[in-house]
Amino acid sequence: MADPGALLEPLIPSLRRYAYALVRDHDAADDLVQDTLERALSRWLLRRDGGDLRAWLFTILRNLHINAYRRGRRQGTHVPFDLAPMPGTPATQDSALETRDVLAALDQLPEEQKSLLLLVGVEDLSYEAAARVLGLPLGTVMSRLSRARQKLRTVLEMGRATLLRRVK
Amino acid sequence: MTAPTGIPVGEDELQAYVDRRLTGERLAAVEAHLAANPDLHEQLLADRRLRGTLRGQLEAKANEPVPARLRIANIRAGRRAQLAGALLRVAAVVAIFVAGAGGGWYAATLQGPARVQTASLQTPSTATVTQGAVAAYRTFVVEVAHPVEVDAKQEAHLVQWLSRRLGRPLVAPDLSQHGYKLMGGRLLPAGSGQAAQFMYDDQSGKRLTLYVRQAEGGSETAFRFLREGDTASFAWIDQGFGFVVTSVAARAELLPIAEAVYLRFEHTEETSPTRKN
Repeated sequence: MADPGALLEPLIPSLRRYAYALVRDHDAADDLVQDTLERALSRWLLRRDGGDLRAWLFTILRNLHINAYRRGRRQGTHVPFDLAPMPGTPATQDSALETRDVLAALDQLPEEQKSLLLLVGVEDLSYEAAARVLGLPLGTVMSRLSRARQKLRTVLEMGRATLLRRVK
Repeated sequence: MTAPTGIPVGEDELQAYVDRRLTGERLAAVEAHLAANPDLHEQLLADRRLRGTLRGQLEAKANEPVPARLRIANIRAGRRAQLAGALLRVAAVVAIFVAGAGGGWYAATLQGPARVQTASLQTPSTATVTQGAVAAYRTFVVEVAHPVEVDAKQEAHLVQWLSRRLGRPLVAPDLSQHGYKLMGGRLLPAGSGQAAQFMYDDQSGKRLTLYVRQAEGGSETAFRFLREGDTASFAWIDQGFGFVVTSVAARAELLPIAEAVYLRFEHTEETSPTRKN
């Protein structure tokens, strides 16, 4: 059997990138990756041979993220004090959103759309692999991808309006 | 103008176009379709630009050196340490059980045949009850989505239901003096019968359970303390039922709670026929 380390190590950078894009916090993202790797190691023998290792790891990571998010919602989101936006302070310059902060715009999308755009657009997963990660049929993934891209475009185009609504 | 090849262009192909995953004939078909639909073409090109920008924004993250704690060798070392800890805990429980059974047997031989039956029945039954309680504690204390089956909001229903299933009037003792609030409870299988688990939590979210089940041992026993890993339990048998209070707590912290529960139940047993809780 191949050494798990040799197979897993090369995938860590892309797991960290996906995790960071999901949680937008460097430490929390690495916690998520660590949990993912621990779980992968503990279930290594249960992994189906020939299955797509990357897709499997992304699935574990995403499920851990979703569970943690549900827990977070129950307990209230924890925002470090110095990162919490000060109420009443003028928000980020309009241009910031209008121009190119796609990552920030992505945060306004539901998790599923966000994951799709990241897995397909950034991690280069095949559509089939992305469908497996999200647990959806291929056809559904394609139409959701289409909707996600449309939503992202709209968020960026409407950036200013949305921002004003959010500040109000 | 429509696509020149007979097969119409699909939504999936438009997405594949954005991702540059189309080749050959289908690419030509999509391009022809887009040439006739400049607005759509513009949208797809915008999607492609956003895709590129997003990749660019995240590229640095993937190029960072991997932190030491994420190296597989370190993660495996951590797991080995955990596994060793778990095995130690199992060994400790086995040791306690063997010591208990052995002690019981030794006591029995000392006291003659007449005592054998009570000794062998009593000792394992607290142990079994405690095992069940600790296993149930472990299972449901980490449960986030469904820690309890019936919520404390329906306390009256919960208590009535569990009392009926266990065939004994139960109460969910008020532990607010000790800082614990009732979360709810659930019914669990236990041996040939059932067990009731009441779950409490304190302000910090620390959980405590009260586990009650029928115990074969019958007669009363004193409080027994058992520590398994970080969980501590006080168990006792009273009038045919085993009671176990379990939490991640120090012995001294848990004892007054166990006493409060004991007193509360002693009270119910005496007054339950008339008392409306």
